[in-house]
Amino acid sequence: MSDTTLPAPRRTPFAPEWGMRVLGALLVAYLVYASTQLDLGLGRFVTGLGEGGRFLARMFPPNFARWELLLEGMVESIQIAVLATVGGIILSLPLGLMAARNLAPWWVSGPVRAFIAVCRSLHYVIVAILFVKALGFGALAGVAALIVASVGFVAKLFAEAVEEISMKQVEAVRSTGASGMAVLLYGVLPQVASRFVGFGLYQLDSNLRNSTLVGVVGAGGIGGTLFAAFKRFDYDFVSAILITIIGLILLAEVVSGRIRAAMQ
Amino acid sequence: MSAAKGGDAMSAATGDTLAPLRREWIRHTPGERLVRWAMFLAVVAAVVWAVRTIDIIPEFLADAPEQMADLLVRMWPPDLAYYPRTVHAALVETLHIATLGTVFGFVMAIPLALMAARNICRVPALNALAQVGLVASRSVNSLVWALIFVAVFGPGAAAGVFAIAFRSIGFVGKLLAEALEEMNPGPREALRAAGAPWGAEMLKAVWPQVRPAVWGVALFRWDINVRESAVLGLVGAGGIGVVLEDAINFFQWDQVATILLAILAVVLIAEIVVTRVRAGLL
Repeated sequence: MSDTTLPAPRRTPFAPEWGMRVLGALLVAYLVYASTQLDLGLGRFVTGLGEGGRFLARMFPPNFARWELLLEGMVESIQIAVLATVGGIILSLPLGLMAARNLAPWWVSGPVRAFIAVCRSLHYVIVAILFVKALGFGALAGVAALIVASVGFVAKLFAEAVEEISMKQVEAVRSTGASGMAVLLYGVLPQVASRFVGFGLYQLDSNLRNSTLVGVVGAGGIGGTLFAAFKRFDYDFVSAILITIIGLILLAEVVSGRIRAAMQ
Repeated sequence: MSAAKGGDAMSAATGDTLAPLRREWIRHTPGERLVRWAMFLAVVAAVVWAVRTIDIIPEFLADAPEQMADLLVRMWPPDLAYYPRTVHAALVETLHIATLGTVFGFVMAIPLALMAARNICRVPALNALAQVGLVASRSVNSLVWALIFVAVFGPGAAAGVFAIAFRSIGFVGKLLAEALEEMNPGPREALRAAGAPWGAEMLKAVWPQVRPAVWGVALFRWDINVRESAVLGLVGAGGIGVVLEDAINFFQWDQVATILLAILAVVLIAEIVVTRVRAGLL
């Protein structure tokens, strides 16, 4: 070994990230391509700004004169949300247990998981259209559509929660000779009950949002009133409805946040 | 969580050492039980109220199975020849709307996120203002945004892109602001001590730390946007929803079945892609 040290390889402190630059260039190229495909020009944007100004001007001031119609729609939306949440939770309990791979054999969990995935993949408005055809116009179709959406969400999370439980307690209960039902009741459910309540609460929150929308396709609630007001260019009534919906959603968020905090 | 009845005082008085073992164990304190019962009662009351007052027409309920069967018969077999003619182009348009909407949403969300993060922007009034913007974006559903932008831009994909973008701002901005607030202040302080300007500080100290979060949020939101952009056409905002609406209005249920299968396939593929890419990235 000589006493001269080898020169350290030269290293730029802030080396340019070529990967990121290439990715950025590709992204820009895609943006340009897609914008031309969708016919998104600057001219359109500028006319849009003018139209947007007129639109906002017509929305103000909000017109609460038809508050009875508004109240009726809101109440129906809340009813849809409550019923859909309860129905969805009741269905999710057995489906979630059947979808859990540590409790159910694969030939049960596989099909149930696929069913839950289909429930989650279809947007609730599309499901609502199908139920409007099957069940007729009205709140019932909205309830059915949101039950499907709730199952897709709650059953999936519930199955994941069940898959994470400690099997020691299940084994212990089983080793006492308990029946299958008793194993579920005393070995499985106590471990997941609090999370399940949390999912239910979250789903109530999101059903409340969604129930204000299913009316757009005729499935009951305030959405129908909103869509009709849009179609009649009653923009001041539209803004009144939107303000009410946003108020309800914020209120629900605060309340469910409080309940969640109190539960912990 | 648990309360024991009887017991301790008695064992001290009588010197009975086995008394603690004979205690009666109850899982919840009386207060907890009361709260549980109250919550249970509230749920039951809400359900009873909703069932009794909701406007359901019994005749519709009675012939529901019949109608459902009729719908399925009309949907089968799906008209697959319809796919290359109309559905494919609409599906591609839907994906463009979702992707462009996600990108525009990000572009608008980044300044708001920087403004909302308390460690980047030190003015509390601006933090609150940014939070209000994010909450406003989140509390309006994407279909409502679409209705608004159809009124502004007229029917078409432009309205859909803006609806998706404005809906994404709140979600993306909130998660980005949280990621920014969780970051380690060390690198920023080091750069600032070396005299780096604000832009360099953001690019070399902040960006490397939040990059995984940005990619994660982008993929997550893109997945959601693919689902949401499929229905925007119902209110005239472009994409596959327009084709779906037409097929439903003409009662072409075999075409509706094709469209639904196409949407289902795209949504499932998007979810698988996102899961794979996330697993590779993180």
